[in-house]
Parts: sequence; C-alpha cells; structure tokens
Amino acid sequence: MRSQLLLLLTLVACGVISTLSSGMNPYYYDILVGIGINIILAAGLNLVNGYTGQFSLGHAGFMAVGAYGSSWLTLSYGYVLGSSSIAMSAFYVLALLLGGIGAALVGLIVGIPSLRLRGDYLAIVTLGFNEIIKGIIQNCEALGAQRGLGGMVLHTNFFWTFAFAALTVYVVVSLVNSTYGRGFLAVKDDEIAAEAMGINTTKYKVLAFVLAAFFAGIAGGLYAHFKQFIHPEGFNFIKSVDIVVMVILGGMGSTIGVCLAAVLLTILPELLRYVSRIDALPEWLRHVTENRMILYSLLLIILMLTRPQGLFGVRLPRKK
Amino acid sequence: MSALLDLNQVTVQFGGLKAVSDVSLQIHTGELVGLIGPNGAGKTTVFNLITGVYRPTMGSIRFANKAVSGQRPYKITARGIARTFQNIRLFGSLTVFDNVRAACNLHLRHGISQALLRGPKFSREEADIEGQVMELLEIFGLEKERDNHCRSLPYGDQRRLEIVRALATKPKLLLLDEPAAGMNPTEKAELMKLIRFTQEKFGLAVLLVEHDMKVVMGICQRIVVLDYGKKIAEGPPEEIRCNPKVIAAYLGT
Amino acid sequence: MADKIILFLQQLINGLAQGSIYALIALGYTMVFGVLRFINFAHGDVYMLGAFAGFYIGPRMLHLFGDKPGYGVLVSMLLVTMILCALIGVLIEWLCYRPLRDRPKLTVLITAIGVSLFLENGGQFLFGADPKSFPEILTDSYLSLPESWGRISELGIQLSAAISMLVTVILLFGLRHIVLHTKMGMAMRALSFNPVAASLMGINNSVVIAFTFGLGSALAGAAGILTSIQQPSIDPLMGVNAGLKAFVAAVLGGIGNLPGAALGGILIGVIETMVVGYVSPTYRDAIVFGVLILILLVKPTGLLGASEQEKV
Repeated sequence: MRSQLLLLLTLVACGVISTLSSGMNPYYYDILVGIGINIILAAGLNLVNGYTGQFSLGHAGFMAVGAYGSSWLTLSYGYVLGSSSIAMSAFYVLALLLGGIGAALVGLIVGIPSLRLRGDYLAIVTLGFNEIIKGIIQNCEALGAQRGLGGMVLHTNFFWTFAFAALTVYVVVSLVNSTYGRGFLAVKDDEIAAEAMGINTTKYKVLAFVLAAFFAGIAGGLYAHFKQFIHPEGFNFIKSVDIVVMVILGGMGSTIGVCLAAVLLTILPELLRYVSRIDALPEWLRHVTENRMILYSLLLIILMLTRPQGLFGVRLPRKK
Repeated sequence: MSALLDLNQVTVQFGGLKAVSDVSLQIHTGELVGLIGPNGAGKTTVFNLITGVYRPTMGSIRFANKAVSGQRPYKITARGIARTFQNIRLFGSLTVFDNVRAACNLHLRHGISQALLRGPKFSREEADIEGQVMELLEIFGLEKERDNHCRSLPYGDQRRLEIVRALATKPKLLLLDEPAAGMNPTEKAELMKLIRFTQEKFGLAVLLVEHDMKVVMGICQRIVVLDYGKKIAEGPPEEIRCNPKVIAAYLGT
Repeated sequence: MADKIILFLQQLINGLAQGSIYALIALGYTMVFGVLRFINFAHGDVYMLGAFAGFYIGPRMLHLFGDKPGYGVLVSMLLVTMILCALIGVLIEWLCYRPLRDRPKLTVLITAIGVSLFLENGGQFLFGADPKSFPEILTDSYLSLPESWGRISELGIQLSAAISMLVTVILLFGLRHIVLHTKMGMAMRALSFNPVAASLMGINNSVVIAFTFGLGSALAGAAGILTSIQQPSIDPLMGVNAGLKAFVAAVLGGIGNLPGAALGGILIGVIETMVVGYVSPTYRDAIVFGVLILILLVKPTGLLGASEQEKV
C-alpha cells in the first residue's frame, strides 16, 4: 500500500515538474529526458543481468522493436482517435504500450531458446539476436531501412518519460522484494538449489527477460518520439554495451545504483564533449574524449579489477 | 501399504561408468531410513536421481504412486520431495530469512500480478509466509539470525538452515545429504533430536546419507548400504552393524 | 552437369582457404577455454592486431629483403608477428584476466568484453578508422593446372590462398606436436582436465595458462598476416566479424577440443562460401549465426566435444 502511494505521489510530482519545466533550456531538457529513458533501460536490464544473473548483451534490440513499432503506429494511425492533441497523445501512449508489448513478444521468442544456455553463450546469442533484429529493420522498406525513419510527432515530454521511469522502478523493486520475486535472486545465486526448492528456473529467467524487453520497448518508443528520427545503427551492439555499462557501474542487483549510474552515464558523454572542445588541453586527450567507447571499455576493465560490484552492488563471493 | 518412494532396479550410467547399478529401495511414510556406504558408493547419485538432477538410464522411480523419473527437479519438489546438499548450496546473497522465504514460492497462491498490485490477498499471504518461516526458524533455533546474511552463519548453522529451507517446501519425503558434516558431538546430538522432532511434527519420511555411524545407528529405523553403486545390504541397524559384507566394504578385504 | 561440379569444387576450394583462417583463430578460443573454461572475447582483436603489426612492420621487413616481395619476407613477417601477438596475448592475460582468477565467471566475461572494446576503439584511435592497404610482401598469382588436364584445369586458387592453407597445415602440425609430444603440451592437457590435480602434480598453472594464451594469440596473429596477403584491406574492426565466426567454429567443433576447432573452422569457411555462392551474400553472416544457435540448441558440446556435467 505504501509503495503504491509513493508511486502515485511520484507521478503527480512528474506532472507538476513537467508543466513547470516547459520553459527550460532545451539542451538541459534533452539531457533530462535522456536520463529518464536510460533509467528505464537500465532498471529493466538490471532485472535480467542483476537480479536474475543472466548476462544479456542485446538489450538495444528490444529498444529498437519498441521504437520502430510505436513509430510505425503513430505515423500510420496517429489520427485514429481524433486529431485533437489529447486524442493524439492518447494514441501515442497506446502506441508506446503496444511497442512495449511487441518488444516483450520478441523477448519471449529470443528468451525461450537462449535462456537454456550458460553465461558466455547467452551473452553471444543475445548479441546475435540484437544484430538479427537490426538486420531485419535494415531490410524493411516500410520502416525506412538503411535511411532511418523520421517524422514522428514530438509527443515525449518530461511527464511521460519520468512517469514510465517511475513505473519501471516500481515494478522492478516491488517485484523483487516480494516472496515471488525472491525467486529471481534464488535463480541467480544457485540454479540447481533453486530448482530443488521448487522454483521453475526457466520461468523466472524468461519472465525477467520479457519484462525487461517490455520496458526497453517503452524506452524505445519514448526515444523515437523525442528525437523524431531513428536509425537502425542507433540500436546496435554499442548501444547494448552502453546499457550494460550502466547496470555494471550501478551494481548489478541494486536498482538505486543502476538509476544513479544511468544519470551519470547520460551526463558523461556531454561532459566528454565539453572537454574535447577545451583548446587548452593536448590534442590526444581531446581525441580520446571524443571516442567515449575507449573510456567506457577502460571503465569496464578497471571496474572489474577493482570494484566489480559497482557503486551499490553486493560483492559476489570469491570461488574457493 | 504401498511405498511412498519406490526405486525399482535403478541404474544410471555416465559413459562407461555405472554410478548406480540396479538399486531397488522403498521408503514408506513416517520412516527414517539411512543410506550409507564408502565414499564414491553412489549415495549422492541416488539423491540426484530421486530429485531429478539425473535421469536413470534404466529402471523406474515412483513417488506416491506416480512416476517421477525424467521430470524436472522443480516438478519433483512440487510432488513432495525436498533435499539438502552435500556441499552447502544456500542462496548466498540472501539473508537467513529470505533463504527460507524463497523456498515458499512453491506453494504461493498468488501470482505476479498480485505481487505488483499488492492487494489484500498479497498482504495476507505475505504475512502467512512470515509466520511460517519464523516458525520453522524457531524450531531450529535460527530465528535471531533472520536478517543476517546466510554466509555469516557458522558452518553447522548453515547446514541446519538448508534443512529449514527444504522444509519450507512442505515435503512428504526429506532427503538429507550428510547433514551432520562438520559438526561437533553436541551439535550432532542436537541435530539427531531435531530430525526426529521434525519428522514426527510434519509426518515426514526421511532418507539420510551420513558418514557418522553414531548418528545413523542412533536414529535410523532401517539402513541401506551401497558399495560401488550397488546395494549390498539392507536391514535394521543391529543387523547392518554385524554384516560381514558391510564391514568388508568399509575396511576393504 | 560437369559445370556444376566444377563450380562446386571451386567453391569448396575457396571455402577451405577461408576456413583455414577461421581454424587458426578458433584454436585460440578453444585452447583458452580448455584451460580456463572462459571465452576470451578479445581474441578476435588479436587477429586484427596481427594484421596491423604486419602493416607497420611490413615495409621495414621488405626493406631488409631488398624491397623484393617473396617467401623470405613472408616467413619473417609471420615469425615476427606471431612472437609479437604471443607477447600481447600474454600481457592481456597477465594484466586483465589473471587478477580475476578466483572471481565469478561473469566478472571475467565482462572484463574480456572491455578488453575487446578497448582494442577495437583504441585501434580506431591509434591507427585511424579507415581501412589501410597491407603492403605487398608476396607477389600474388593465380594457380591452376595446365589445360592438358582437362576440365580440372578450370579450377584455380590464388597463390596467397594456397600459401595460407599450407602455412595453416604446418602450424596445425606444429601445434599438434606441442600438445602431444612436449611437457608443456602435456601440462596444458592436464590443466584442461583438472586444474587442482595439475597443480598438485607440480605443474605451475600460471605459466601454462600464459603459454596457452601466447600460443593461441600467435596463431591468431599468423591468421592476421595470412588474411592480409589475400585481402590487403585491413581495418581496426576486422577482428569483430572474423572473431565471431571463429568463435562459432570453435563451438561447432566442440569448445575445448583442438581437432574440433580446426574442423569447425574449415566447416564454417566452407558453409560461408557456399552460402555466398549459392544463396546470397547478404545472408552470409546470418546463416553462420544461425549455425551457432542451432548447435547450441541441439548439441551444445559441438561435433567432437564431450558432455560436461556439473557435480551436484
């Protein structure tokens, strides 16, 4: 009861902030919405990678399904409920949800065969499915193929972004803290013991996967109707790594940590861009900051070597 | 009275090795049976066969008159068989309380939608579970540790926690794999009492693998002896103690 | 009819040439998995580094040989690159994987991904992202049998491809000798069966692991050179695609199984070439990927691999 009240309050707060922020500097507004979208992506993936211990490396694929799915819907049928802004917004939310459901279905198709595989194989297979999804979009004329898809109406605003972000966090946290949700953690800790205690490990793995995919789809839809243009290369392996880094930095198994990491890593590329323009710094340093992947990969290595539990995660025990 | 658990000529083969060969054994409700044998005799393998980790190459396993061989472990647990492990397999990142709570999932009446919406049904059941878990923890004297991480418990307590966790699945048959390992004599005596107590309280059948002969002879009504994957003797403790084949298996001829 | 057979055989030959490259890279994956039970994500990028080592050292090497391309240059290039890549492999293991020896598998997996990304993006940063042209260290030509042999003379192969296959065979035999007939090889095999027992028998696990990494990386480096003499266009991301395919090859053959990796490599090379020839070039990567998914679903231990049961 308490948590639902909190959720409601958060939604109201989002509404208030949203109306107040309409005059905000567009650059900062951009970053803010970006943070919200990344929170949805990271908190969702954390359910799979963090709480259930399955290493999925293709999350951007589900984001793509949601992005393209919802975009196609609003572009083709946006007027179906009427042409007033309320009607169009309503349809937009419907499209977002349908995009999420589509992503969840794809998550089901990908998850059922893949989740039988152990750690390293699962990572590669999910990576592969990411590429397959991207490939399908690239070959689909109705979705703009290699040219990308544009012209979506700017429906996404602070309210919708953070309303869904709050919803995502609420779902993940309340689920994991229930008795039902302890099953996810049991699967992560010891699959064999979990099965022996009557927990259907496959069900939990697939469930986490499908839920995370749903939220990624919503995030994709939000993104598409914010940038108003999407391109297949925006949902490639690099994007998946972006999300994974957020989960790892935040600490797998800590939703707060992951949200914090999402904030940090949304701001970081902007900071780097700023640094790369400072004339006073040496040329090579400026070049490095332009390529955030070098720094991200170094971050991954250093994190694993020094603080694998990230910011807020629980340190996994060493093998005996 | 038909057996609760019925293993009939069960064999499991890995490559060329028959880890368990032509083993038949029956356990009835309320019985406390011991399973002993030298190291490598196949005792844990029998557990793994019963609980579905391995599938028998030959023979059949029936529980409560229904076949269980080849089913997934969680389904077998749902039928009413629970176990502990030779090498402790607790849920390492969870607290003592949550380790047991996780095992309550099996009999959960509500599903994911309730877990999210958190209506009255959810709250009631969560309160129920709180009560059940605490009751089990109290029997084993672990209630004060409830919020501690399970890994911070001393070894003996961790072993007992595993038993508590298994009991949370409301089994009819409990398989205990060396529950007394690493305990001192006082703890062992305490454990023997606890096993008998829970058996009576919950009406369980128990199959116990143990190396400590005092424990085995002390509480088991019947003992089955394995050697090299085969059953070499079966009977009450007094018989087994003097059985020349058993002695030879342990001491070597 | 004869036309179809000739076409098929030609594709087969091309596939074998490509497959030998994958085989060399796949061996590295499988060897490291054998001793550490871990998939070195960064392995494909060592192949790329080998090609780039050749790019930078090549002109100097040519110079030593009087600016004349030939077998002398090639062999020296191979040796130098193999040693260099071996050192790189050992360095990566020592810096990034060794400190994580007793950590959960997931930690090392993530580190490996980090190393791979670092090598790729670092490569783009250092070498520039645009493709470079590998120096000509071997004058290429097209080999085929004389016309008097009949229709078979229609089959042909590039000299570079033939040399590549020959070098691969030599290296495979060399590897076989090391694994079967040397103490280090025996240590590698012991380690892959049981690390604890191996160390109890006096084997220095760390040295063996370092050696394994070095050996695998050397083969990957050689593959880098051999690819570059056939296709002179190299870029810092070339290890991604080849590495992934070689990984599929290793899994196909049975991860941890050396002959399996070689077999897998050849099979993937042939399958890939056949798909390009008979189906469509656009499906090339997808089909190889499909093979991976199929194998993992049907027989995850691969063609020659053995089942591994976790002890409960």
